[in-house]
Order: sequence, then C-alpha cells, then structure tokens
Amino acid sequence: MNPTLTRRVFLKATSIAGGGFVLGLPLSGTAQEASLVGSAELNAYVQVRDDGKIIIYSGSPEMGQGIKTSLPMIVAEEMGADWDDVVVVQTPEVDTERYGGQWTGGSYTLYLNWNLMREMGATARDMFIAAAAIAMEVPKEELRAEDSRVVHARSGESRTFSELATLAAKQSIPDKESLVFKDRDDYRILGKSVSQVDSLEIVTGVGDFGIDTQVRDMLYGSYVKCPAVGGRIVRANVDAVKKLPGIVDAWIVKGNGNVRELMDGVGIVGTDTWSVFKARESLQIEWDESEASRDSWTAFSEFARKVGDTGEVKINHGDVDAQFNDADNRVVSGFYEFPYVTHMCLEPMNCTAHYRPGTRGAGDHLELWVPTQNGPRIQKMAKERYGLEKDRVTIHIKRMGGSFGRRTSSEYVIEAIELSRLSGKPVKLTWTREDNIRYDFLREGGFNRLRGAINPRGQVVAIEEHTVGPAPGGEASRFNGPNQGAFPFATMENVRGSLTNYRMDTPVGPWRAPYSNTHAFVSQGFIHELATEAGRDHVELLIEMMGEPRWLDEGNWRAMNTGRAIGVIRLAAEKGGWGKEMPEGRGLGVSFYFCHAAHVAEVADVSVEGNQVTLHKVTAAVDVGPIINRSGAISQVQGSIIDGFSAMAGQKITMEHGRVQQTNLDQYPVLRIGQAPEVDVHFIESDYDPTGLGEPALPPLAPAVANAIFAATGKRVRSMPLTDEGFSV
Amino acid sequence: MPGYTIEINGKRTTIEAAADMPLLWALRDKLGLTGTKFGCGIGQCGACTVHIDGAPVRSCLVPVSSVVGATVTTIEGLATDDRLHALQQVWIDQDVAQCGYCQAGQIMSAAALLKTRRNPTDADIDNAMSGNYCRCGTYIRIRKAIHTAAEFHNAATPQAESSGKENEKEEARA
Repeated sequence: MNPTLTRRVFLKATSIAGGGFVLGLPLSGTAQEASLVGSAELNAYVQVRDDGKIIIYSGSPEMGQGIKTSLPMIVAEEMGADWDDVVVVQTPEVDTERYGGQWTGGSYTLYLNWNLMREMGATARDMFIAAAAIAMEVPKEELRAEDSRVVHARSGESRTFSELATLAAKQSIPDKESLVFKDRDDYRILGKSVSQVDSLEIVTGVGDFGIDTQVRDMLYGSYVKCPAVGGRIVRANVDAVKKLPGIVDAWIVKGNGNVRELMDGVGIVGTDTWSVFKARESLQIEWDESEASRDSWTAFSEFARKVGDTGEVKINHGDVDAQFNDADNRVVSGFYEFPYVTHMCLEPMNCTAHYRPGTRGAGDHLELWVPTQNGPRIQKMAKERYGLEKDRVTIHIKRMGGSFGRRTSSEYVIEAIELSRLSGKPVKLTWTREDNIRYDFLREGGFNRLRGAINPRGQVVAIEEHTVGPAPGGEASRFNGPNQGAFPFATMENVRGSLTNYRMDTPVGPWRAPYSNTHAFVSQGFIHELATEAGRDHVELLIEMMGEPRWLDEGNWRAMNTGRAIGVIRLAAEKGGWGKEMPEGRGLGVSFYFCHAAHVAEVADVSVEGNQVTLHKVTAAVDVGPIINRSGAISQVQGSIIDGFSAMAGQKITMEHGRVQQTNLDQYPVLRIGQAPEVDVHFIESDYDPTGLGEPALPPLAPAVANAIFAATGKRVRSMPLTDEGFSV
Repeated sequence: MPGYTIEINGKRTTIEAAADMPLLWALRDKLGLTGTKFGCGIGQCGACTVHIDGAPVRSCLVPVSSVVGATVTTIEGLATDDRLHALQQVWIDQDVAQCGYCQAGQIMSAAALLKTRRNPTDADIDNAMSGNYCRCGTYIRIRKAIHTAAEFHNAATPQAESSGKENEKEEARA
C-alpha cells in the first residue's frame, strides 16, 4: 500500500570538485503534507566518492531504534551498492530544506521514508547505468547494478560506481514515474541482518552522544527547579554559591511558567559537572508554591475508585445498554489500574548551547548540540522564543542515549541557552538523575472501569470502558483514552468508551507506545476475563472477535486489518505452544494489540512459586510488512518486551504534595539481566509497505503476562506494577 | 587545586581536581575520556564501570584522590595494540547495542568477568552483570555475546581450562 499523499520530488545531481557523484532529494511539499507527515521530505543524501566509498547521510535522529542503519539500507539496496562500501553519516546540522524532516517518532519514520529512500536509490542506480552504457558502449537494457558496480552480463565486463561517478553525475535525472523498484526476491541487503552503523564507535567509547559534547571554553551547567512543579522562586543564596570551589557563576532565573519552556530556577555554571552538582547541596532556595502542583496519587486513586460505569462519552457504537440489560446475557466487570512511570533514559537530559550576541550590527547566533527526536521543533522554538531566523541557528542533532518519547520537548534546551546567555560562554547543561525523574513528562497513571456482556452462545456482544485519567492544568492529557482505532473499539458492534478527567498537574508526555502501553493491559486483560467467564479458549475468542479479514478503515495505512491480526494471533499461539499441558504453578497467557500500524501477538510463559513470578519466555508474532534490518527488528521486539516487563514488574512513580516521591534508581526498580525472559520472535512479512518497530511490541507484553499469571495461579492481575499486587519478580 | 597521578589506559596522568571529585567526572570533564558514562551517580546503573587494578568499579562512587597510584582502564583503553577486545568484536558482530549508552559499562563488567571465569555460566553472567542496567533491554544479546567472546578469548589465548582454585585466587585478588 502506498501513502495516500502525493509528493513531488525534485532531484539535484551534481559533480563535485575532484570528481564524484552527489545526489540529493530536496522535496517540496504543500503545507498540508508537511503538517501531516512531517518527514515526507528527504532523509538522506547520497555521495559516491573516488575511493569507492558511498556516503549516505541520515537525517532522522538515532535513539537506539536503528533508523540510522535501516533507511540507508533501503537506498543502498535500490542503488545496487555493496553494503560494505556504505558509510552512513548523520546530517551535520538541522536544515530541512536540504535534509528533509529531521525528526523521529510514532514508529512512523520507516514507513514515511520507504518510498523516498527507494526513489533515491533507484534514481542513482539509473544514472550509473546510463553512465555505464556510454562508457562501455552497450545498451542500458543489458546492464544491471550490483555490489557497487554496473555489470554487463553478456561480456562479463563491469565498471565500479566510483569509476563512473563523474559521468553519472552528468546524466539526466530519470522521471520518478520511470523508476522501477527491485523485486523483494532480488534483495541482497534488505531483510538481512546488519550490525548498526555506529557499533564500532559504541564499543570503543567514542560514540557521539549529546552528553559527550566538548566545545572550546565550555562551562558546565546545572539548573535547579522547584520540587513541586510550578513553584516560583522568591530568593536564593546565589552569592554564597558563587564562592564555592569550581563555581564560575550562579543566577536566579525567572521562567515563564511553561513546563515545556522555562520554569523559575537557579542556574549554576562551573568548571566541571561535579562542582555544579555539588554546589546544589549548598543552595538554599525559598519557593512560592501557591501556584504549584498539589498532586496526590492517593487522592487520585481514591477519586477513581468512586466513579461509575460511564463518564463523558467519547465513543458510542451500537447499543451497549441493550446488551447489558438483556437478561440472557452475563455481565462481567473489572477495575484496572496503572501507575505513572518515568522514561529513565540512561543518558540524562543534556544540551550544549552557545549563544553569541551579534556584534557591529550582526544578528545574534545560536549553536546547539542536542540529543533530540525533533530538530525542526527546536529550530521553531529558537525563532519563537529568541527571534532567531534559521540562518542564525545551527543545530547539531546528537545520538540519544535512549529517548522513548522523552526528548521531544525543548525545556532542557532552553535551560542551556539561558545559561549560555547569562555566562557569555558555551555551556553544557546536564540534568542529575534526580532531575530526570522529578521533571519528566511521565507516562500517565490512570484507572479503567470495564464491563462486558457475554451472550448465551459465549460471544462477547458489548464492551464498555470508562477511563479515569489525569488532566494537567485541568486539560485532559492527549494520551487519555478512549481511542477509536484501538482494539476492541475498532472491531466491536456495541461498544462505549468514556472519560473522566481528574486534575493532576504533574506533566505527562509520550512514553513508548503512548496510550497503547496501558490500554493493552486493560483491554486485553479484560478480554481474557470475558473468555474465562464464557468458558472459551482465549485464542479462539480473539479470532472470533476479529470477524472477516478486512481493513477497518480502508485507505488508512495506520488502520487495523483483521486478517493481519488473525495471522499474528495464530502464529504466536502455534509457536508459543498454546494449548499445551502446563505443570502446576505455570501458565501461558496470550494477547494481541494493534498500534503504530503494527499487528503484534505475544504468548507469555510464566511460573509463580509462592509470590515469586518468573517470566520464562515470550513468543512474539509480528506483522510489520517486509523486514528491513532483521537484526535490528528482532532487537526492537526483544527490547520492547523486556522494557514492557520492566515497567510492569515494579515501576511506579507516585506524587504527594505536588512532589514526585521517587528520586533515583534505588527507589525505582529496573529489570536486570537475570530477570530477562527468553524472547522468540516471528515475523509475518506481508506484502504491505514496511512500518516501524520501536514501539508496537511493548503493549501486548503486560496483558500476556497478567493472563499467564491467572493461568498459573487463578489470581487475576488488574493492577500494575506486579509488586503492588503482592508479587515479587 | 591538588594534582593526582594515576595510570590511565597505560599512561601516567596527573589530574587537577577536588579531592572528592568522583573518578567518573575527572575522566569525563578533566581528561575528555567521555566513553565512561554518567547514568545515576549512586552506583546503581553501571554505566560508569571502569577497571581499577583490574577489578570492575563504579567510577561515580570513587573519589579521584583514592585511586592515586592505581591502574585505571576505561573503555577507551580496552583494545590493545589496535586490536579490539574479543568482547568489543563480538558486540559488533552480534549487533548487541541499541542506543548504546550503557554498553561501555556492560563491556567493562563483562571484561572483568572473563578475567576470572574463562567459561562463565549463565549464573556467573547474572551475578557479574546484575549491576549494569540496559534501558533498551539488550540483555539477551549481552548474554550470548559474553558466551561467544569467552570462546574467542579462549581460542586466542590457549591455556588449560582454569580450575576452580585459580578462579578463587583471582577473585581474592580482585
């Protein structure tokens, strides 16, 4: 399936000094395209050098999802390059006109760039073939490109790309319509396992993470905010702090009260990170907390327990009440709970900023080295907040030490900019681990009251979900349910989804598979309750609920397809040993979820001894279309499952008196190597365009484990984390 | 400011820093050796793992003044004579990393393990690596890579399988 949007592609091929071939694909799109698909523009830039190296620039930020490897693989495949000749380079700065949408998110980067990468590769291939036809005096039709050369099969002659580069650059650029993409059967790179392009740098310690930035004359900075979000600064002993060893300066900074921009705080700069961290201990700040958060998880939880079956109705199909009131039907209900969790990116938030005031009439200039998922958004912030046009801002996107949706905001960037403006020097701002937990945009906690109706034939005929979710500043979080495209809303005839908001000011934001990461737990656990109550096999019931194989929203590539859903459910069941006899205290649980355009089913194999839960193995079946980098794809599924279990097992952020109560890893358990399950990954490589895998394998994990615990013990898990339910992991 | 002389990656180096500055920050901010990573600052995540006299240590908890005269190896010094350590090579071959931020610490812990256990069991790996957190969840590949590296390592440095006694001796030294 192709994107529904059309794009006009303008190619530029140039011969560079000293020979060589450069191909760029700067795209022009309408405003509508840009707002809809963000990265519809170019994300790569190809250069063939005289020494045979093929440089492919990658514009999408890398955070461990593997995009810096997978997008260039697509270009190399279509081009006929030998992957060993390819050198991938992160685009040196944010320049969307040149490099396209330099952002990543929603697991959509791969899909949105699939055709563009193929066009780029096929265009280069055609031009090399045209050049070879001239050089070798043979018809184009007799030539093919492979292993970085153009080969004439009949004569056995060939020319390398580097030999042809100068001539290739002079060839006319083929029409997009004339491009022919390779058949999947002919792939030599796609679908293979490739080690990510930065592996060597990572294992030798020279990986270029944001926090590793070093700039001449750089100072090290820290920024201290109110422990209750929204507190305003009254006074602070900055004069005393300035005198501490290693401290260069300190200031009281007034913010604008926007947590996504700049909150009040004290900025400290010094000669090294340790000195500024240590200086914080001597800091005495008086805060005015009259406007600050008063959040209490306890109060939220008590409120949620009192709500009824229905809140403000957002989704209403069929006649739910008729099914619930039908005396022949059985009605099942359940109350589910999930906590706030933090991103815990191992690389703390950081940014290096150098703000240079203009001299002699020249404008100011801002240079940033920042690990971010979204370069263009920071460019926009610089314009809106500092009035700096694009040509006055240089943004270097750095590798991220994890993000999971966290590095989509700008506040850590603005804090660095402010410290650079105040000190007149480049400043590397680093958050402490405690800052990272306290000032996160958390995955929101919430509650869900569910009802389901089962008819006398054991079919699920109605489901109602009532979400009680947080509303920071009184406004509903955009990750509160219900979501029309989610299963079972998308498939059910009689379904009602409603919402009740509760004022909680602690900021929330996207956390790997937003909404889905909790809704899967709630909805797929509850479907298992219904299956159990109806005396039905869970897998059989899921397949029945899918109905006929079909797209639920024809023409929308992000919609669910029930045929693909059935495919992964059957495959996970088969590979995961569904239905086999399990020993006492051990059980299998299954779940399916659809999100981020991916269909994923998982079977968890769990044993419970006393209260000790052991997750032995997870079998995952995944349909994201053809696999690009097999190693990367397997790794994403394994990682998502381990991440999902880590969160489910013991993670919970609570807040009282407006303060996040957990401070560091000693109060927030993370899964360690000995607790990690075996993960068996199976792909259904259906013939749809490929979609991303950074998120969608996470949501099915928690319900699969919860359902397996029920199978092993008869105890229903309706609340995360497991440690709150009396289990240990 | 006092100066502390330490042998780092085979080179005698003098660091001028506050006595209580953790080795982590001395390496990163004073020497520009940024391969050693800051994760939590309380010895819980393992991202800052280095070897001090051959033993794995969380450098965020070790004051620079306490390692004077010691031998420190960081991830930048793990390869010898331009040859990658077996673990580094296998880490690349098996595409272990995702974001990669924790991996220097993981490799340093694993390298220390391989010094004392030529053929580590899964339980050995669980013990030695439990202090190293991977947020991306690459544990499955880490485990496999350690097993593979142990084989390579043993093939490259043929030696009779170390006895339990030798292991005990090495552990006592560590």
